[in-house]
Amino acid sequence: MKINPAARARAISSLAPGELKRALAAVPWIKCLVLGLALGFFAVFLLLPLIVVFAEAFRKGLDAYWAAISEPDARAAVWLTLTTVAIALPLNLVFGVAAAWCIAKFEFRGKQLLVTLIDLPFSVSPVVAGLVFVLLFSTQHGWFAPWLQAWDIKIIFAAPGIVLATIFVTFPFVARELIPLMQAQGREEEEAAIVLGARGWQTFWRITLPNVKWGLLYGIILCNARAMGEFGAVSVVSGHIRGQTNTMPLQVEILYNEYSFSAAFAVASLLALLALVTLAVKSWVEWKARQALDFNDDKQDIAP
Amino acid sequence: MSIEVRDIHKQFGKFVALDGISLAFPGGQLTALLGPSGCGKTTLLRIIAGLESADRGMVLLEGEDASNTHVRERQVGFVFQHYALFRHLSVFENVAFGLRVKPRKLRPPEAEIRKKVHALLDLVQLDWLADRLPAQLSGGQRQRIALARALAVEPRVLLLDEPFGALDAKVRKELRRWLRRLHDDLHITSIFVTHDQEEALEVADQVVLMNHGRIEQVGAPQEVYQHPATPFVYGFLGAVNYFHGRIEEGRVHTDGALLHADAAPGAESLAAGASVTAFVRPHELDIVPESEDHAVGVAARITRILGFGALARIELTGLSADARNFEVEMGREQLAVRGLHEGQRVRLMPSRIKVFERERDDDLVAGAGI
Repeated sequence: MKINPAARARAISSLAPGELKRALAAVPWIKCLVLGLALGFFAVFLLLPLIVVFAEAFRKGLDAYWAAISEPDARAAVWLTLTTVAIALPLNLVFGVAAAWCIAKFEFRGKQLLVTLIDLPFSVSPVVAGLVFVLLFSTQHGWFAPWLQAWDIKIIFAAPGIVLATIFVTFPFVARELIPLMQAQGREEEEAAIVLGARGWQTFWRITLPNVKWGLLYGIILCNARAMGEFGAVSVVSGHIRGQTNTMPLQVEILYNEYSFSAAFAVASLLALLALVTLAVKSWVEWKARQALDFNDDKQDIAP
Repeated sequence: MSIEVRDIHKQFGKFVALDGISLAFPGGQLTALLGPSGCGKTTLLRIIAGLESADRGMVLLEGEDASNTHVRERQVGFVFQHYALFRHLSVFENVAFGLRVKPRKLRPPEAEIRKKVHALLDLVQLDWLADRLPAQLSGGQRQRIALARALAVEPRVLLLDEPFGALDAKVRKELRRWLRRLHDDLHITSIFVTHDQEEALEVADQVVLMNHGRIEQVGAPQEVYQHPATPFVYGFLGAVNYFHGRIEEGRVHTDGALLHADAAPGAESLAAGASVTAFVRPHELDIVPESEDHAVGVAARITRILGFGALARIELTGLSADARNFEVEMGREQLAVRGLHEGQRVRLMPSRIKVFERERDDDLVAGAGI
């Protein structure tokens, strides 16, 4: 007899936690094997690299570490990364919310195309993305070269190019996070608000935004993490000018290629630290969001 | 305030939701839009509210064309099937919302808002829940809050979209009585959409029956129940048995026998030999023991006898070739007097029939027929 996978999943999930425990206890070596494999993977592929980053960074002592990260080029790289994030993140926040709002709440022609386009930065290699910007905005052979030369604007091999590439690569995060959430919530609450006399902005600020705030925050965190860590696309458009167009990931690569391992790892440790902070904030947001959700579910049916 | 719609058409892709609807809703009355799902009743309600726009036709609010008036200026109260309460706002803030979003010049002062919201919460008897979130309420409570919220902006019209559709049977019954009482107190022109004929007949002053985007019948509950204008209405309002037959000498013949001894109402205008369907309500069908000399009625066999309350329900299968199922309702005492039992061969004798020229079968099946 063929067992329908959905039915099987239901049967498994219908086991009470206690039953599942007992079922596993019957074969202790399987439990140990699975647990061992998972922990082993975690240790080798996640924990070890993290430890290595910090160990290498501090190998030559605290003073060397401090010197490496306070060196002007490193400071410039940190500054450029933070500036890029500070520009890219708000823009993607606005684009993402606007796109998600359009897609989730309205019906229009070409909606599916728009959804696919939003995913484009995910499916295209970052290097290709970088090249696209070079072809568009290069002052020598770009499509807009004459215009850029006439106005003496530098985009490629300068900060604007890095910002553009980062925006492109991190574009989908906020929208992707919000679209399913907004679609699940439907349009009724907004309709109710409008019938009650709320104008478009009032509806958005008072109803739509509060309803998606946790999803939005989660999208922002992911977007932020990617914006700080982006290497491929930024590498193509940056030109690697020290102290000017190097972001933190690029700075790490340059230092590493020059055999300044400690310095490379010192800058890398800053990135890792930022990642850890991001993870902590992300876990907190998830926890808060789940709390809000549980609250909604638990209190669903109190007697009338 | 009176509402009128004129020649409303609405199409979704190839699906015709509304096909030339013209209706007048008298001021101060509670009207039910009744019909099976997909008949266009909700679409009509949303068009009246302004949440949807008609492809053609006009909505008149108090005699004025409202086609170009935005939803927020129509001053309608709308109650959604799934409540659509603002999940992140407390019950109090939900009800206060309509007052808080008013333009600054029209917005009442805070003290007045508080007073008004508490008065409305009192009206729906839920003032003690003011600080709760919607998720902490039961379905019935949520729907009452939704109603209070809709009333807060003092709407000229109240529109309710399947207001009790998501509630369980008992709460539903309580709430619809409560809605009726509330309407008697407030006298606000109200339209509510439902697919539950009992609900419509019990609550409304006027019932509008819809099917396939058209109006089948409009009338007071008594009137539409007693005198259904179309086979669809007959089938939709309550259980019904139907017999296919042929008109001869103004009477209905089925399976070679006369269905009913008297001339059938509705058959006068039909030509002899016309193919017809006769409708009989379960309580208008009598069961007599089968004997050879019967020239009237339909032969059938009792398949089940269900007796729960004062009325017993008897299910039968016809003995003609198409083995149609029938349903009869009679008092428990009558059942005992007649000594009926399962498996027995009997004859069904209608005491009252209504005849319509035969239409497509699916129209009958769409109703609550047997």
